[in-house]
Amino acid sequence: MRDVLSRLKGERLRYWGVGATLLILALLGMAGFVAAGGMNTINAYAQEAAAPAATEAPAAAPAEAAAPAAEAPAEAPKAPPIVVNKADNTWMMVSSLLVLFMTVPGLALFYGGLVRTKNMASVLTQVFMIQCLVCVLWFIYGYSIAFTGGSGVTSPFIGGFSRLFLSGIAGPNGDFNTIVETFSLSVGIHELIFVCFEMTFAAITTALVIGGFVERVKFGTLCVWTVLWLTFVYCPIAHMVWFWPGPTGIAVDPTSASTAGFLWQKGALDFAGGSVVHIDAGIAGLVGALFLGKRIGYRSEAMPPHSMTLAMTGAAILWVGWFGFNAGSNLEGNQYAALAMANTFIATAAAGFSWMIFEWMFKGKPSLLGLISGVVAGLVAVTPASGFAGPMGALVLGLIVSPICLFMVTVVKNLIGYDDTLDVFGVHGVGGMVGALGTGILVNPKLGGAGIVDYSTCLTPKGCGVVAYDLVTQMTAQVTDVITVVLWSGIGTAIIFFILKLIFGLRVTEDKEREGLDISEHGESAYHY
Amino acid sequence: MKLVMAIIKPFKLDEVREALNALGVQGLTVTEVKGYGRQKGHTEIYRGAEYAVNFLPKLKIEVAVTTELTDKVVEAIATKAKTGQIGDGKIFVYSIDQVVRIRTGETDADAL
Repeated sequence: MRDVLSRLKGERLRYWGVGATLLILALLGMAGFVAAGGMNTINAYAQEAAAPAATEAPAAAPAEAAAPAAEAPAEAPKAPPIVVNKADNTWMMVSSLLVLFMTVPGLALFYGGLVRTKNMASVLTQVFMIQCLVCVLWFIYGYSIAFTGGSGVTSPFIGGFSRLFLSGIAGPNGDFNTIVETFSLSVGIHELIFVCFEMTFAAITTALVIGGFVERVKFGTLCVWTVLWLTFVYCPIAHMVWFWPGPTGIAVDPTSASTAGFLWQKGALDFAGGSVVHIDAGIAGLVGALFLGKRIGYRSEAMPPHSMTLAMTGAAILWVGWFGFNAGSNLEGNQYAALAMANTFIATAAAGFSWMIFEWMFKGKPSLLGLISGVVAGLVAVTPASGFAGPMGALVLGLIVSPICLFMVTVVKNLIGYDDTLDVFGVHGVGGMVGALGTGILVNPKLGGAGIVDYSTCLTPKGCGVVAYDLVTQMTAQVTDVITVVLWSGIGTAIIFFILKLIFGLRVTEDKEREGLDISEHGESAYHY
Repeated sequence: MKLVMAIIKPFKLDEVREALNALGVQGLTVTEVKGYGRQKGHTEIYRGAEYAVNFLPKLKIEVAVTTELTDKVVEAIATKAKTGQIGDGKIFVYSIDQVVRIRTGETDADAL
């Protein structure tokens, strides 16, 4: 066994890896052709478009809602057909592009500028590779296991295969008119756009994690890690927090809530992914940093960012793209998208300024790195709150997240001594927790928040009511969200790293690390001057 | 023949060059270097990481001159490169065994 493992760790791994990958992709491709023609099950999310002749519409309701409704007495309410507005479609298409832009080149430059020159190309390659690989996997099976209904006892934790290879996405008429309902009753966007939009989230979350262990991770191992982490950590968490029957599903049959994700059922609020993206990635980054170990020369050699210019450019691109991230998470262009946009301005600006002031006070000089770190921390914190908090609540959130994160990445990190290279845990993990808990407080209408919609009342004459806000109830839900994600991400990531360490090895050799990953892993330099 | 090598503060280059040209020196070589002496570096802070940057950017200039011109050259550099602050630099004088102009093959004094 040791023989096998030590041979695998050697260079021959390359050939096995490439061969295995090609074989798997070929098999998947062949299976895809077969499957895509076949399955046409409808999942709880997607609905068929309303034909102008509305007689088809009631029959098009999802199977889960139809069955209970048939058992219920004849007063089961009839939902109006879901209608797609081209403006909403357009906004969501633009949002998808904005989030893609956040990853490449936003995050790539932000991370890249913060590492040493000899590792710049490697960071850019790692982020770009993840974007490409996650996109492929998402369209094949990721979307299906995250955003379709599961079955049996695992259904609150993971979806099913009804959209494997996006089967059925063309709809029964083959005109790609499948629809996903937004957060408003009977408002929808085309499902393909939703698939793309959510793919960008999966990609950037996975790419965020690497910040914990850049400058020393093996590229091949990272490729395998991407597949495993997306499948077993990101997709289940996305399912738990964001999968639900939609307004029509809940309005027609409130008991359909039992088909939703585990954390959605607990009432956890996460508008754009404070827990799904940031806490998730932050914990995983920390686990990775611990498994990979400290860089050679950490705390003894100078390792300042090689380009604050590019880091700042990346951070600015992240801010711009984040409007697609937050306001796009509304799934349509109504007033809540406007609220998310406003919050994404104000919390971010407040947090940037706050970090700058605190650093000025405690470290002596206000640095550019501090300013952009504050900006990112503010973006992270406002992510779960963006469609729930009022603008002043978002401002306060921004002001308080920066000193907390600053404390984490300076005092706590140096005290414990772990090498979370790009502060994924310190900024995204901790910032995400601040935001997730803050959301529970700031959603309160008395604090200017949007309140929580009671979808079960949406088909009553008065329309959708509001759930009575209770601090303890909501904070319990938020804390449950945070703890669940911390545990799932922490344990899941640890298992993945443990396995990868055993089979492939995680870290490059000391020589390669000193030479720089650009040359040793990729055979190129980022700069020639 | 002597090689006069001086470490100077970067912004002093133009003054030194003009003074040397006035003495009839035809060319010099400039290299960007880092170094420290009694002038200490500064501290940079990147998030939680503090780095003491011990090396400061300097310029190394090298000029090959005839023995007769050496003292005037040293004096010109010493005068023009001086600011009076710590970190002004140092001048070193080496003896050269041989000089060759590559284009023409001239040697020693003809090559300077």
